[in-house]
Amino acid sequence: MAPRLVWLVVTVSHAHEGRRAPDEDRPVLEKTRGWLDRIGDPALKVITFSAAALSVTILGLITYELITGARLAFHSFGLGFLTSQTWDAIHNQFGALSLIVGTFVTSVLAIVIATPLAVAIALFLTELAPKHVRSLLGALVEMLAAIPSVILGLWGILVLGPFIQNQLEPFLGSTLGFLPFFRGPHSGTGLLTAILVLTIMIVPIVASVTRELFTTVPSELREGALALGATRWEMVRGVLLPATRPGILAAVALGFGRAIGEAMAVLMVIGGTIGIHLSLFGHSDTLAARIAGQYQGSSTNLQTSSLVYLATILLVISLVVNIGAQLLIKPIDRRPRRRRIALDRAFEAQGLSAD
Amino acid sequence: MSEPAFTLKATGRLRRRQLVNQAMGALALAAALLAVAVLAIVVISVARRGAGSLNLDFFTQSQAQGFNPKGGGVLFAIVGTFVLVGIASLIALPLGVLTAIYISELATPRLARIGRMALDITNGIPTIVIGIFVFTVLVAAHGQSAFAGSLALSIIMLPIIARSTEEVLLLVPPAQREASLALGVSRWRTTVQVVIPSAMGGILTGTTLAIARVAGETAPLLFLTSLGVASHADANPFHPLSSLTLVIFEYSEQASPDYQSKAWAAAFILMCFVLFTSLTAKLALARYRKKLEG
Amino acid sequence: METIKTKIEVKERDRLPVIGDREAVFEARDLSVFYGDQRAIDSVNLTIYQRLITAIIGPSGCGKSTFLRTLNRMNDLVPSASISGELRYRGIDLYGPGVDAVEVRRRIGMVFQKPNPFHSSIYDNVAFGMRILGMKKDLDGRVENALRAAALWDEVKDRLKDSALGLSGGQQQRLCIARAIAVEPEVVLFDEPASALDPISTSAIEDLMHELKRDYTLVIVTHNMQQAARVADMTAFFGLEVKPDGSRYGVLVEYDETAKIFTNPSDPRTEGYVTGRFG
Repeated sequence: MAPRLVWLVVTVSHAHEGRRAPDEDRPVLEKTRGWLDRIGDPALKVITFSAAALSVTILGLITYELITGARLAFHSFGLGFLTSQTWDAIHNQFGALSLIVGTFVTSVLAIVIATPLAVAIALFLTELAPKHVRSLLGALVEMLAAIPSVILGLWGILVLGPFIQNQLEPFLGSTLGFLPFFRGPHSGTGLLTAILVLTIMIVPIVASVTRELFTTVPSELREGALALGATRWEMVRGVLLPATRPGILAAVALGFGRAIGEAMAVLMVIGGTIGIHLSLFGHSDTLAARIAGQYQGSSTNLQTSSLVYLATILLVISLVVNIGAQLLIKPIDRRPRRRRIALDRAFEAQGLSAD
Repeated sequence: MSEPAFTLKATGRLRRRQLVNQAMGALALAAALLAVAVLAIVVISVARRGAGSLNLDFFTQSQAQGFNPKGGGVLFAIVGTFVLVGIASLIALPLGVLTAIYISELATPRLARIGRMALDITNGIPTIVIGIFVFTVLVAAHGQSAFAGSLALSIIMLPIIARSTEEVLLLVPPAQREASLALGVSRWRTTVQVVIPSAMGGILTGTTLAIARVAGETAPLLFLTSLGVASHADANPFHPLSSLTLVIFEYSEQASPDYQSKAWAAAFILMCFVLFTSLTAKLALARYRKKLEG
Repeated sequence: METIKTKIEVKERDRLPVIGDREAVFEARDLSVFYGDQRAIDSVNLTIYQRLITAIIGPSGCGKSTFLRTLNRMNDLVPSASISGELRYRGIDLYGPGVDAVEVRRRIGMVFQKPNPFHSSIYDNVAFGMRILGMKKDLDGRVENALRAAALWDEVKDRLKDSALGLSGGQQQRLCIARAIAVEPEVVLFDEPASALDPISTSAIEDLMHELKRDYTLVIVTHNMQQAARVADMTAFFGLEVKPDGSRYGVLVEYDETAKIFTNPSDPRTEGYVTGRFG
């Protein structure tokens, strides 16, 4: 650093030698500031502010454009779009209800399965794993998040699918078949496959954030519980988890947000069928998957606009979830630097998986 | 010494509590092992099925047209991915770094918070939605192009680059800035010629992470740069270009096992690239953070 | 430097009047503590007696806290920590086979330097240990007793459900004491209990210790000699040995009645420390 600084100062002072008449009254420092330096500071401010403004307004732009694009469909169907199950390209009748339900069913079940797994993994990494294992295992878990979703979708169709069709669903059908959720023909594609694939995607996200959260809990808190004669688990359940509850909720919100937005992997394994039904073995569809599934083009403007309408609904849901997660994180943000770094890692974890 | 009237061994209730403790520990271990097992299964599945189909033809020939499964390389798809990601980086990198400079060095705390929140929210927008956005803005009027795809990818990369750059900028020791300013160097020069070079390692690794992320994106590209056109050599960003991810998706839709094996092969290439890039970038970032922090 | 042998062990017939015929609660024989290969404390021989306040004083780095944490096996939490020699608690080898550290910590409680209340209500803080142990009968009464014994009851009795984090530093520390004695330990260890507190809270804690002495054996680590002089019955002075090869570790230099340590110490190192010449 130091050589660079020296070079810099020398360059600056050389640049101004002989450019201005020496003025005995001016303080030495001012002599080294030429025109470039005078406009440099405000210029930097303007340039970077513009960049930041642009980055921020993209959010508003996206919202605006989507609402505009959906206008045609909104005029045709209004809010009834949200309660209609039809998606009929031939008769130009479209409705989002089936997709909204599908989105929530898959994402909620995925997060329900993923959260205990993720918290358990985070606990293992912070409380139980020996030091050298910790970073290796942590890296492996994060690698899971880095796998592109189209690859997970491919694996879902060709590897997980057959397993579900030939082993898992028969097993569930025979043991839990008395419940309406586990009835019906066995298929490699459908809700169950989609839920499992989504779970695989969001476990690493929730686990990374939760793990960072646990490392910010001071050791005195843990020691206080252990010194009272609590076992490790009792310390976790009675002290660690209660102390990190808002952060865990934020992590869950992030994972949920990821799940509802997932298009490719879900598209490839869910079977793309309209209709709400109880069985997890059946086919379904979600907002993101249906939008993606129409990539080959729509026949009418109304259909295109309906797609944009779907995208708007998805955007609104995702904004609500994300802003909710931000609000949950906010109280944590006010604490010292370690928490900020935890948040940044949370952010990273979210941004890790490609759709 | 008389016989002690008590014991420090685990008895009765404590024994039960210790059993619960051990059971919970076992569950936690099982969860971690499950995650690793799933990772291994996926990676090994892709590697086994993909590596076998790799041959020179696969790389060098263009995508097969129609239902002729013979031959069919993905060279043009790889070129397409490069172009898409390359242009996206050219857009997102300067924009992201400048945004980060503003937020971390020049903004008031309130504006900085708004900026960060906006970036975090943008980061959480489903990529399919971003694809539809660029579709309505660009493609509806001007048709598909790789440039449109790059635009969508750059929107995805922007928050990642901006936030990671911001983090790195905050890690640069204040002493460096103070020394520079104390020597009479103006603020903008301090930022541009002292702080940025110092943070460059972190900025580059953050960008690499963003690249690894968008190289695996499919959804935003679906509407923006079409499939199946990689039959001729093309790197013109104003034409629609294919990408490795689109090829995997397209081939996965086909029933024929030959297409499927090509999908696996393409998946293998993509997976290797993404995992390798992510891993090295994260290692570099971790080491870089440690260097600046400790 | 030659180790000057001083009267560290108190023999039966030479028992100090303050000890009387009290039972030996802790007996350390040649106890050394290591972190990996690094020796932290060397060959301590020390007996701590029942229902006395024993203070451990010495310069920083001499291993006072390490020794304290060895007494309730909190040092186990450091993966590289190990001991050699013997440490007996009321006759039982603390580090013997089959000994459960959780049971040890229930009997030998600890109050830390910085108050560390849990992020829950005052009531739940005190009740935490009792709930774990299944002491569910008359929980309210037990919580009240613990808070009274910690001289905190009157100040919090109307806001038991409020967050413990809303209390002042001194109150939080007394809460931690209440929480520790709620599980009915036999010993309470204090690791610099008042160093993070203001003088008034410190004095309150010290008064509390005099009260607690009636029911519990107390061992206190403190860097504040005046505090040791005010509070302790017996005082152990740990010194720092620096070997020619650069390794440093703590040793027990002198252990005696507090009055003697401070007015007429036998070892010049003790005298140097208590008169403020070094340490």
